[in-house]
Amino acid sequence: MFDFLFEYRGVIVGTIFVALIAAVIWAFFYGRKLIRTEKNDAVFGNPARALGGWHWVITGVSAILIVWLYFSWDAARAFHPKAANELCQVAKLSSAVNPIRSTFPLEKEFLKGTSLLVRENAQLSELEERVERLGFSETEKAKAKETIDLMRAAITGMTSPEYLDAETSSQFKSIEARIDDLTAKLADENYPGEPTTEQVAAAEKNARWGDSGNEIPNAPASPRGYKFDAAAKEMKSIASDFSKIRNKNENFLAQIEKLKAQIASLDELAQASPGVDELLVQNRADFVKGLTRVLRRVDDGNIFPPDALNNVQAALVKLDDEQKSQQGGLRFYDTFMMPGGQITSGSSSCSEQGSGRWLPKPSDTLRTFARISNPEIGYKGYPLLWYKMKPFGEMVDFVLPDFISSLVPGKFPRHDENGIVTPNFKSKVHDIVTGNFESFKVPMPSGHVWDSLLRVLAGLFFGIILGVPLGLFMGLSRFSKGFFDPMIELYRPVPPLAWAPLILTIFGIGDDGKIFLLFMVAFAIMVISARTGATGTHLSKIHAAHSLGATNRQILRKVILPNSLPEILTGIRIAIGVCWGTLVAAEMLAGTTGIGFVENVARKQSDYEIIWTTIIILGLLGLLFDLMMRWIIDKVIPWRGKG
Amino acid sequence: MSDLVAKDLSMVFDVGSGGQVHALNNINFTLKSGELLSVLGPSGCGKTTLLNIIAGFNHPTSGGVYLGDEEIKGPGVNRGMVFQQGALFEWLTVSENVDFGLRMKGTDPKKSRKMVDEWLDIVGLAGFGDVPTYQLSGGMQQRIALARCLINDPDLILMDEPLGALDALTREKMQSLVLKIWKETGKTIMIITHSVEEALLLGERLFVMAPRPGRIHKEYNLPFADRGVTEDTRDIKNGDDFIHTREEILTMIWDMEEEIMGQV
Ligand SMILES: Nc1ncnc2c1ncn2[C@@H]1O[C@H](COP(=O)(O)OP(=O)(O)O)[C@@H](O)[C@H]1O
Ligand SMILES: [Mg+2]
Repeated sequence: MFDFLFEYRGVIVGTIFVALIAAVIWAFFYGRKLIRTEKNDAVFGNPARALGGWHWVITGVSAILIVWLYFSWDAARAFHPKAANELCQVAKLSSAVNPIRSTFPLEKEFLKGTSLLVRENAQLSELEERVERLGFSETEKAKAKETIDLMRAAITGMTSPEYLDAETSSQFKSIEARIDDLTAKLADENYPGEPTTEQVAAAEKNARWGDSGNEIPNAPASPRGYKFDAAAKEMKSIASDFSKIRNKNENFLAQIEKLKAQIASLDELAQASPGVDELLVQNRADFVKGLTRVLRRVDDGNIFPPDALNNVQAALVKLDDEQKSQQGGLRFYDTFMMPGGQITSGSSSCSEQGSGRWLPKPSDTLRTFARISNPEIGYKGYPLLWYKMKPFGEMVDFVLPDFISSLVPGKFPRHDENGIVTPNFKSKVHDIVTGNFESFKVPMPSGHVWDSLLRVLAGLFFGIILGVPLGLFMGLSRFSKGFFDPMIELYRPVPPLAWAPLILTIFGIGDDGKIFLLFMVAFAIMVISARTGATGTHLSKIHAAHSLGATNRQILRKVILPNSLPEILTGIRIAIGVCWGTLVAAEMLAGTTGIGFVENVARKQSDYEIIWTTIIILGLLGLLFDLMMRWIIDKVIPWRGKG
Repeated sequence: MSDLVAKDLSMVFDVGSGGQVHALNNINFTLKSGELLSVLGPSGCGKTTLLNIIAGFNHPTSGGVYLGDEEIKGPGVNRGMVFQQGALFEWLTVSENVDFGLRMKGTDPKKSRKMVDEWLDIVGLAGFGDVPTYQLSGGMQQRIALARCLINDPDLILMDEPLGALDALTREKMQSLVLKIWKETGKTIMIITHSVEEALLLGERLFVMAPRPGRIHKEYNLPFADRGVTEDTRDIKNGDDFIHTREEILTMIWDMEEEIMGQV
């Protein structure tokens, strides 16, 4: 069934998207109409205004879903699935242009040569300053300064137009011509001609958008696609030729040679005057190293006279304009249907970047959820939530403590001379309490979700049965309040996760450690809420119970406990929330099952769909817990707040 | 049944930074079995303290209270309490509240059910047994508190401003109920109030207490309670002698209040 849904996901998602927008608009106007007829709403501040209304719920939920569908580009994929493929071809061209474009102040503030120049000059000034501080001899100082001046001259040699040699100029001319040619081709309707058979075959082999992760079908498949793809190929070779152009005129090369010699002699001078001072030796070496580094960069010849590249830049701007106009509606589509990012082209494939990448599409998330919900697949070979046939004996083993068998009188049997063990009553009891007997199998829930649930419930259970009595006790006696208060108040404010490393070391990474951690969390909350409940009992109720003849125990059970129930249940509600959060984090630290574990593995694999799936599962389960507790509170203590 | 005797009763509270409050100073009185006593006085004159000592919730600094031959050392079933409000167990139904004392004693449920029905009838709540108490009005709640206290058959009933939180109409009805119960059961009742009218009507005897130190300022023996059992309480309250006594006491309390203000 899912395959069928998947096949038509475009239509389905598109319909849902439109329906959601219609719902928002309708609910909005319906709500507006109600506001006008609602008498209470006339007065600002009347609490009746905050009662909400299901039409506003619809508006809110729909708005969230619309934002999700929109920013995850699910809507884009539904309405125009081919756009991604075309945009991929566009991205190929942009990434091919990029090496040239990055030379110019088109997206950046400065021409690349300008930035280089500023940086080298700054370095040279810094070196110059250092000369005075380093404790050089006078000869050394003079030589160093001379070198720095030479370096400045070499740079000026690159920036002054008179030294630019004819060959470099003609190289620039040729690049400019080729770019212009490409611009013309882009404008040409017939470029690049009919696709070859291989191209057609490759286009047919394209997967659909989103069929495998974030991959976008790579091969061009439309006239516009072929055009951009071909242009990208040509641009690549232009860019590669462009990046080979160096400003290495005669004058410059001579200066570099001179500089190299100069630095070498500076180095020699340094070596020849061995300093006693180790620091000085080190400083000299660093200085020479700094000079050499600047020289190496200058030697690359990437700085040109300021106006040498103007024509190339102009050609590039023209190409840009042309390719933008060739994109036509695609550009609109890119901006409005794929917000918060764009499609980029890597070395071998195109992919979504921005919100399209880290915000999985609802339809994909649903598919992933359906996939890992399938108990046959699950996650890491373990289902999310399913059942497993377990022998009844295992449960007996779990419920009955093993020491029961040691309480039975007698001794465990020993093997006799023939190596045969005859069981006696004691050993039979032992077999039963350890679950070591043939038994029928019963279905038991299992899976990541169940494991997490079980841990929370176990921690909560122990926290309640130990915390509530202690809390009541503390609310009733000076001794226990004074005695236990410091211990609890000392460990309670520590964030539970700060305990995690310690506890996981002591109890191991299995269930025990996590349950103990959750127990600690729940225990403190339960103690405090039970104590508040006990101390909050109205004195006149206690007095009344006393003069009605109740004993201390009866007062505890029949008056103080029920009177503390609202506080205790509120405590449980809070404890569930905190335990839930702590558990997921603890499972991320260690363990091999549980929702936190799933999310942690997904994080390592950057599997955003699984991450979002776990987030949604966690949110829904948390909501479920809370609704359940609210329901229980309503049922169990209807008198709350009415005493 | 036996008399209640207070002998040289004093109560001093230590308040912060070494200060002391003489909540009660040398109180002596005898309350005969079957008498109806109302205690009146400005706020802070030690009425509640006196009642709590008699109930056994507090120990006096000196002196003692005796019920019959026995000195009161702690709370007990022979002294029933009715509080101003908030003393019902709101998690229980009406009948569970009423038979609370019986359940604590382990009375046979069948027997106690019969008694509960009887008492609910007396206080005018027949048929309300299964209703949760928190759903009832203030007047009904005080009726339950009365029934809960009386079902235990105490010798002495202590009431601390039992009608203080009720509206005027309900209050008048409850006053009649108290008188009816007093006459029918013949119990000793001590009732604290801050309403002069109520004190006059519900007091066979009346103590007017004065503050700092807390003491019995003046004592009256009044005919109105006896008449209230048979006559209409509204008529009694409109009678000349009633109005006369009321004005006398009001003036007395006003003077006391002014004295307190003057001291401050
Ligand atoms: N537990 C206590 N600690 C200190 N002072 C108290 C305490 N209980 C009562 N008092 C003081 O004793 C005086 C009498 O109080 P109370 O008997 O409650 O007065 P009433 O009931 O007449 O209004 C008041 O001044 C009050 O502040
Ligand atoms: Mg009082």
